[in-house]
Amino acid sequence: MRTLFFAASAVAIFSSLMTISSVNAVHALLYFIVSLFSAALMFYLLGAPFVAALEVIVYAGAIIVLFLFAVMLLNLGRSGVEQEKRLLRPSVWIGPALLAVVLAAELVYVLSHGTYAPVGVEVVGAKKVGISLFSTYLLGVELASMLLLAGLVGTYHLGRKES
Amino acid sequence: MAAIPLINVLFIAGVLFSIGMVGLLVRRNVIFMLISVEMMLNAAGLAFVAAGSRWVQPDGQVMFLFILAMAAAEVSVGLALVILLYHRFKTLDTDVASLMRG
Repeated sequence: MRTLFFAASAVAIFSSLMTISSVNAVHALLYFIVSLFSAALMFYLLGAPFVAALEVIVYAGAIIVLFLFAVMLLNLGRSGVEQEKRLLRPSVWIGPALLAVVLAAELVYVLSHGTYAPVGVEVVGAKKVGISLFSTYLLGVELASMLLLAGLVGTYHLGRKES
Repeated sequence: MAAIPLINVLFIAGVLFSIGMVGLLVRRNVIFMLISVEMMLNAAGLAFVAAGSRWVQPDGQVMFLFILAMAAAEVSVGLALVILLYHRFKTLDTDVASLMRG
């Protein structure tokens, strides 16, 4: 289990370095997705499966897609078939794909070894997290909802057409 | 097969945070700066989850949920500002927007 964890953390550190050192924003985002996936695997191995699922769904699924939308929106003027072709070349996606294959192999290894939970780690499941979230931290949940509402209103205000 | 020691996880979180901070300080493209901020938030969340796992308490995961909500709000407003910056200055370089009068 420890080896798996350190392999995942090595993938995370390497893909983070590639993220901040790459020139193209889309390449950087691909490496950042791999970094988030390895962080999700680390969360699972630490006994936090609920947070691992949320990392994939919210971070990699929503926030990164938002980034990609912004990047594509800004490139709209000067993009074309040429740029689309350059993005589909193997040299663009082969690095993130290899790192993702490492993570997928680790995931298959963990899931195929019978135990649903990692060995040697006590799992804190979604039930305990939910109970704590809606009893001890109820005020925090309300504050987070107000923060999200403020973000929504602010984004609407910034994005509206100037009349 | 023992559990993963807390100090190692904290060290990894520190390394990830440092990578994000270096990216934030070095890059001048505002998209990359936002990505670096996300990386730092993720590293902080890793430290929270590791501490929660060490003491088998759900508090660390709850804190990660709050970080997640904060990151989502921050990124939506930040990207709206990025698009405004691009429309006004036709570039993503933050140095052009360093004067307060714009």
